[in-house]
Amino acid sequence: MAKKSAAIQKKIRILVAKPGLDGHDRGVLVLARAFRDAGMEVIYSGLLPSPEQVAQMAIDEDVDVVALSLLNGAHMTAFPRVKKLIDRMGGKDIVVVGGGIIPEEDKPKLLKLGITGLYGPGSSFEEIVEHVRGRVRKERWKE
Amino acid sequence: MLRGGRDAYWRRRAKTVVERRAKAGTLYDKKTVDAVRKGLKQWEESLYGKAPETRDFQTASGIPLKPLYTPDDVRDADYSDQGYPGVYPFLRGVHSTMYRGRPWTMRMFSGFGTPEDTNQRLKLLLEHGETGLSVAFDMPTLYGYDADHQRAHGEVGRCGVNVSSLKDMEVIFDGIPLNKVSTSMTINAPATVLTCMYAGVARKQGAPLAKLRGTVQADMLKEYIAQKEWAYPPEAHLRLIKDLMVFCTKEMPLWNYISISGYHIREAGSSAVQELAFTLADGFGYVELGLEAGLKVEQFAPRLSFFFNSTMDFFEEIAKFRAARRIWATVLREKYGVKDKRSLLMRFHTQTSGASLTWQQPINNVVRTAIEALAAVLGGTQSLHTNSYDEAWALPTEQAVEVALRTQQIIAEETGLPNVIDPLGGSYYVEWLTEQMEEEAYKYFDRIESAGGLLKAIKTGYLQREIAENSYRLSRRIEEGKDSVVGVNKYAKQEKEPIDTLKIDFKSQRAQLRRLASVKRERNGEKVKEALAKMRKAFENEDANSIYPMMDAVVQYATLGEIMDVGRETWGLFKEPQIL
Repeated sequence: MAKKSAAIQKKIRILVAKPGLDGHDRGVLVLARAFRDAGMEVIYSGLLPSPEQVAQMAIDEDVDVVALSLLNGAHMTAFPRVKKLIDRMGGKDIVVVGGGIIPEEDKPKLLKLGITGLYGPGSSFEEIVEHVRGRVRKERWKE
Repeated sequence: MLRGGRDAYWRRRAKTVVERRAKAGTLYDKKTVDAVRKGLKQWEESLYGKAPETRDFQTASGIPLKPLYTPDDVRDADYSDQGYPGVYPFLRGVHSTMYRGRPWTMRMFSGFGTPEDTNQRLKLLLEHGETGLSVAFDMPTLYGYDADHQRAHGEVGRCGVNVSSLKDMEVIFDGIPLNKVSTSMTINAPATVLTCMYAGVARKQGAPLAKLRGTVQADMLKEYIAQKEWAYPPEAHLRLIKDLMVFCTKEMPLWNYISISGYHIREAGSSAVQELAFTLADGFGYVELGLEAGLKVEQFAPRLSFFFNSTMDFFEEIAKFRAARRIWATVLREKYGVKDKRSLLMRFHTQTSGASLTWQQPINNVVRTAIEALAAVLGGTQSLHTNSYDEAWALPTEQAVEVALRTQQIIAEETGLPNVIDPLGGSYYVEWLTEQMEEEAYKYFDRIESAGGLLKAIKTGYLQREIAENSYRLSRRIEEGKDSVVGVNKYAKQEKEPIDTLKIDFKSQRAQLRRLASVKRERNGEKVKEALAKMRKAFENEDANSIYPMMDAVVQYATLGEIMDVGRETWGLFKEPQIL
């Protein structure tokens, strides 16, 4: 039990990424800093990675969480693709969260794929950080 | 500024903004100022002093503010530094008649889905009384990939119109006489290619290139600093811009080939001061680039225009616009030795701030946009785009675009605001704040120069980090409740999607793929190959002008991606510096 609780308390490693042709990085950069201030180890993908590169990075960096952000309307193609690739590479236990400008009607489809959060503009850091922590906690309990 | 150096000009200039205040001015005599000081002291002690201060009063850029401004704050202002509209240093406006002569151009940015959809939207806007066209492109176009590229999948036509070849441009401008309209195209990395395409369409319509009026953004410096839509390393993009400057000077003399943009710098999270400073620094960079190309400033400066953001700190925005005009004229005259008046004018387009729009309670955005538009007009803008209230959600619906355009028309036609030029000129606060902004901008110029110039500052990530830090500061202030955003951290309520938004389906992607395939089938493959090979040679030869062979490739229907690939093969890709 003590061992399990230590595992649950372990520092969260999070990859923050924009998987697409979208240079608007204000949101991801701010979020990356907010995650870092919240005590997480943050890895930033840099701009313009393909979904394949994001998935590979998630595996190579052995992260707990991948946080995806897109503002260009391509989330319904890019988010599921990243998730599918991560699963295929053996990262089923990696939590995938998303955010950006995501219309209500797209949300159920993403949630069904296990991509959660889906925070829009104006969301508070606190809310987002808590969501990430909650999902990681749950995932670590499973193990 | 571009390549760095040890120029003491900026530091000296930063000091003289202060010193100007310390020298004897012409506006107020000593007796008046002494009386004001005395009265102010009394007021502060007996009246104001009783009101406790609970907040830190400052502008959005963090400039601390007093409760009241008086002649004491501008006691040494010399009226020659303010002057008259259309007269150096243009603080009060670039045209002598300003909006009395002609209101600003109401230029609404649009473009979505297929080229056919965009063609219809442009025609609709022309019918509604809009006076200039403005086209937005999708992400694959902005990065220079064709619709059929693997990276383009899911992004075609999403946040603008897709252009993969000349064919698409022919459809976008079908039935729109290019010799009569002026068109602004928001395009950067592939700006040279899109200029060639626009010229290609014009040729087919029989419109002479010398008559074409319009703007491409082509401001790559701000791409590295803020928007981050690049294809090649900075030197390669600058070389292409240099070629474009020379080409347009000869062939398309009315074409504004660089729109030096602060808009994106601000949207990326900078302060008003940073927007002002980085944008003007970029401007000086392009002046130096033009000189390197062997042009005279008088040949190209009238073709440079600016593009600013207008957001919620009303007075700081107005001061920013006024300061920008005075700095540009002053530096061009003092440092670059420009005498011709037309070359000293800073003409600018303004767009209200997308980042200020809230996803929550979206109708409130109509009010925000109106306030921002008002600041732009009071700041003396030449043209204006007003955002639609639904843009935190999606691309705007027609109804939302109409409200945004009506906002401008109400300001222009109902408020009486155009009757008087620069109506805030002479306000103690506005004049003081204008000088503050100037001083801060000169200090930044000095810092950029000391950091090795713009190119170096971009490669080391200095400017990007400055913006990221400010952006985090702003977000923190909102998170901590120090800054208010109505409907977000104040007066928030639970809500469901209350508005209709524009939906974009995958039809446009499929339509674009079909058109691209037919273009590739129908064109003369041999001629395309030949044209691309000639263009490659020009790319490889620093002394050649690459725009002429690019034009030949475009009219042979070489695609955007094919042309950009030649550049990617020649110069490689840009590796961004670590910012986090």
